[in-house]
Amino acid sequence: MIMYEDRADRRAHALSNIFLHAVYGLPGGDKIKECLQCGTCSASCPTSYAMDYTPREIIAALRAGLLERILRSNTIWLCTSCYSCTVRCPSGIKLTDIMYELKRLAIEFGLAQEGANAAIAAKLFVDIVDKNGRMAEVPLVSRFLLKTNPLGTLKMIPRAAKLFLRGRMPLIPHRIKGISELEKCAGTLTEALVSGLHPPLAHGGED
Amino acid sequence: MNKAYDKSAKLVCESLGIDLAELNDWNCCGASAYMAIHEMRAHLLSARNLAIAEKERKNLVVVCPACLTTLTKTNHYLAEDSRFKRTIDAGLKAANLQYWGNVKVRHLLEVIVNDIGENEVKSRIKQKLKALKVAPYYGCQLTRPFGEIDDTEFPTILDRLLIWIGAEPVNYPLKAKCCGGLLMMTNEDVGLELNRNLLDCAQQNGAECIATICPLCHMNIETYQGDVNKRFGTSFRIPALYFTQLMGLAFGFSRKELAINEELISSQRILEKHLEVIR
Repeated sequence: MIMYEDRADRRAHALSNIFLHAVYGLPGGDKIKECLQCGTCSASCPTSYAMDYTPREIIAALRAGLLERILRSNTIWLCTSCYSCTVRCPSGIKLTDIMYELKRLAIEFGLAQEGANAAIAAKLFVDIVDKNGRMAEVPLVSRFLLKTNPLGTLKMIPRAAKLFLRGRMPLIPHRIKGISELEKCAGTLTEALVSGLHPPLAHGGED
Repeated sequence: MNKAYDKSAKLVCESLGIDLAELNDWNCCGASAYMAIHEMRAHLLSARNLAIAEKERKNLVVVCPACLTTLTKTNHYLAEDSRFKRTIDAGLKAANLQYWGNVKVRHLLEVIVNDIGENEVKSRIKQKLKALKVAPYYGCQLTRPFGEIDDTEFPTILDRLLIWIGAEPVNYPLKAKCCGGLLMMTNEDVGLELNRNLLDCAQQNGAECIATICPLCHMNIETYQGDVNKRFGTSFRIPALYFTQLMGLAFGFSRKELAINEELISSQRILEKHLEVIR
């Protein structure tokens, strides 16, 4: 029987379990167990220099029961899915896919705080695709700016004008005919259940 | 925001006898962003496209590496993982769709180099690019993670194509390094840093322009080049052209037909230097 020190300890254990369960469910996911802590991923990562915790440290933190600090940091939001880590990992860990899982977890449990711009952008992206079946750059960028840096929108105007004058600014998003098909597909999924099972974690703060 | 890629790719394909048909009512592949929020829903985006392509009995050709990666990943996972497949099949079934796994997803660059080949490409050339020095920029997702098209670290497929059309691909150590993707929007500091490195490397190796194969890479190194200069006090003025625009020039199409007139950084000077005729 595992003895927990306190609530925080229990919560950390639950978070790690949820994460590992999800990772093991990814194709090739249980390779994460074979991490050597060699640091090749960190060295290969183009943005690790700006991360609070490097890719290697993510797995170290997981093993130390400190996953939550990773989820609260800017680390995962600096991942660009360049797959450099994935192709070089000597243990064959699909770290990029694991990064995606971390992003989803951070959002699901409301832990995305620092450097959360990428999370905001991703949510807007999903919103636009869910409504139209296609991406539309102008709503994406303008809604993103209004949410994160309304005054910064002014800075964008000269660039936007240049693009507009060269006919590079598509103004009307296209909506696909089969948008209801996508809705029906999504309706069969039960992905969102996890946070419902763990209310203390869903609040994202001390309970 | 990239009519240039669309227009030039269509013209080049027409010249080469590649019969392109737009996938009926295709949806967004979700790229990297959708997967950051939902996993299986993201795969269902790919699955719907694959199902439609299979019904039309066509293989998928894409020009965007993100589409290539997301569609290919879904394809692979469907073949490798039966539990994954069950979930996707159930989702598709609810929309009266099905996918049996028979669609291949390919990038246009690879189709041109491997299927069409050197002789056919060369036979369409009206004027070679007379040793125009080009930095061949592959970015990340053309070869990673699967490494099916070319080497994941130092690919050469674009270099070879550039040689066929008379250009001179320069040594470009950062050829498969990251442009930052959406980071230019969500974390400008890091986005600018990554692109400054790419531009600097191209310049140091004598490139007159950069050839791209990805719309987001193109946007980062071209549209934001002015911001790079402002931030770092550099004075880069390196035009970025899609590989299909460069091919189109060699095939004799005009700047307007290839949407080169829509560029933010002018390629006029270098084209005048290396082309006999510029329409």
